[in-house]
Amino acid sequence: MEEAESALGRDVEERIATWRTYLRRRRTMAADSDELEDHLRSQVAALVEAGLSSDEAFLVAVRRLGELDALTQEFAREHSERLWKQLVAPTVPEVERSRRRRQESLTALGLAVAAAVAVKVPALLGFEPAVQEEMEAFYVLNASFFVLPFLAGYFAWKRGMSRARCAWAAAAFVAAAATVNALPLRPASMTMVLAVIHLPIALLVVIGFAYSGGNWKDHDQRMNFIRFSGELVIYFVLIALGGGPLTAITMFLFMAVGLEAEWLAQEWILPCGAAGAIIVAAWLVEAKQSVVENMAPVLTRVFTPLLTAVLLAFLGTMIWTGNPISIDREVLIGFDLMLALVLGLLLYSVSARDPRAAPNAFDALQLTLLVCALVVNAIALTAIAARISEFGFSANKVAALGENLVLLVNLSWSAWLYTRFLRGEGPFDALARWQTAYLPVYSAWAAIVVVAFPPLFGFV
Amino acid sequence: MNIGKDLVAASAVPLVLAILAEGESYGYAILKRVSELSGGRLVWTDGMLYPVLHRLERLGRIKGRWGRSGSGRRRKYYRLTENGRGQLAEQRQQWQAVDATLRGIWGALPEPDGTA
Repeated sequence: MEEAESALGRDVEERIATWRTYLRRRRTMAADSDELEDHLRSQVAALVEAGLSSDEAFLVAVRRLGELDALTQEFAREHSERLWKQLVAPTVPEVERSRRRRQESLTALGLAVAAAVAVKVPALLGFEPAVQEEMEAFYVLNASFFVLPFLAGYFAWKRGMSRARCAWAAAAFVAAAATVNALPLRPASMTMVLAVIHLPIALLVVIGFAYSGGNWKDHDQRMNFIRFSGELVIYFVLIALGGGPLTAITMFLFMAVGLEAEWLAQEWILPCGAAGAIIVAAWLVEAKQSVVENMAPVLTRVFTPLLTAVLLAFLGTMIWTGNPISIDREVLIGFDLMLALVLGLLLYSVSARDPRAAPNAFDALQLTLLVCALVVNAIALTAIAARISEFGFSANKVAALGENLVLLVNLSWSAWLYTRFLRGEGPFDALARWQTAYLPVYSAWAAIVVVAFPPLFGFV
Repeated sequence: MNIGKDLVAASAVPLVLAILAEGESYGYAILKRVSELSGGRLVWTDGMLYPVLHRLERLGRIKGRWGRSGSGRRRKYYRLTENGRGQLAEQRQQWQAVDATLRGIWGALPEPDGTA
């Protein structure tokens, strides 16, 4: 049954080579081209044996393998991690696509301008609290509502979300805005600062809902949302890097003609620019998926070894010197940030990994990082637990403890799933599904901090 | 007689798992076994087998490894995992239940004319 390749003749060999190049251009299938070529050659050989000429055999075999367009879509459905790096399989004609692209850039830019203007709407409507602090508090607290509804609107438009689902998302924003503004938060109080930090995290589910076009329960959609979020942050930072010099030059130019332009930068360019930049960044991520390799997974490759080294060095030093962790009030937040960083590294490397690939050295490193982080955190928690009564339960401390718990649960179970995967007892997919299933927990906790903490702690 | 598309799709997973339960195999050989078992009545588009194999691999039902064909070409072999064996047993029970149900009603109906 096995075949000698030379028997096919040079002509058919060339056609197989062309077919293979064609296959490799389709990124959803490129990685499996060896497997498909093996299939094609086996089929050709069997047909030749049955009496066909090698030319005919090639044609029949290619036909049986199926239409490449249909195959591409079928592969795309299974391999969303590959698809995310390219535009969706081109099933629409070129004219239609370029019309759609134009429409999309206009919509995105329109929404970006709308978000930028929204920042200024309260002031233009004459909202001007006498106390400077109150005004600042209003803007910081409501910053999310100037931007996120437009971001959700962009995705609702792009995914063609149904009216009912759009209404749900809108209702969520309205309810959140009403609740937050109804709370008698005192400017610069602890609970107010906590609310400001946690509000965007709580609203992340609404963005995710719109991003997935309403299919928020779908694992693949959530994974795409994770990929999107990483790229969004990177694009936003890049735009901000460009915005800095632009603002500086604006101020310089006006100064050159004797005008003080600092108010312009502070009251217009910075807030409006930042609001618009988020929408533009989202649009760029959507549009450029194909052009650049995703950056977030690349960064995890760089920083996972470094952070692992740091944690190992830290543990080593602690054992060597015997110094206990010195506990003061701020230290728990530091450990929370460390866990969040570890989670980020895990999340963005999971999101880019081929779930079928066998365990490799990087996986072992990732598990080492997880275990180190858990050990360091356990040491810190025991130190804190011993003295918690001394510090008392302030809003800050309870929030920090809650965050620690939320992250701890995720990372512990991740470490367990990773161990199972490395020992060949479970699929990598289980780890990916755990991460996507856990997403709403962050938002739920953040919502509790925003809504329940102020009354619980007497609006301090 | 050709079997409808939905039924072909639904039977793909138990069929692939069952064939791999016979022993390690690769794409082309699995398809040949399918056509052998069904007497050519179950027609798959060849390429569609691979996404099914990849999904089963991702879910940990089967495990792939790269080996060599007789002529030295790279070839991907798949084998059933413990997880897949459990899944197969479960699917088998479900299909037997469906089969038994249908048999019950077939027996009560008159034979259709001209089955060919």
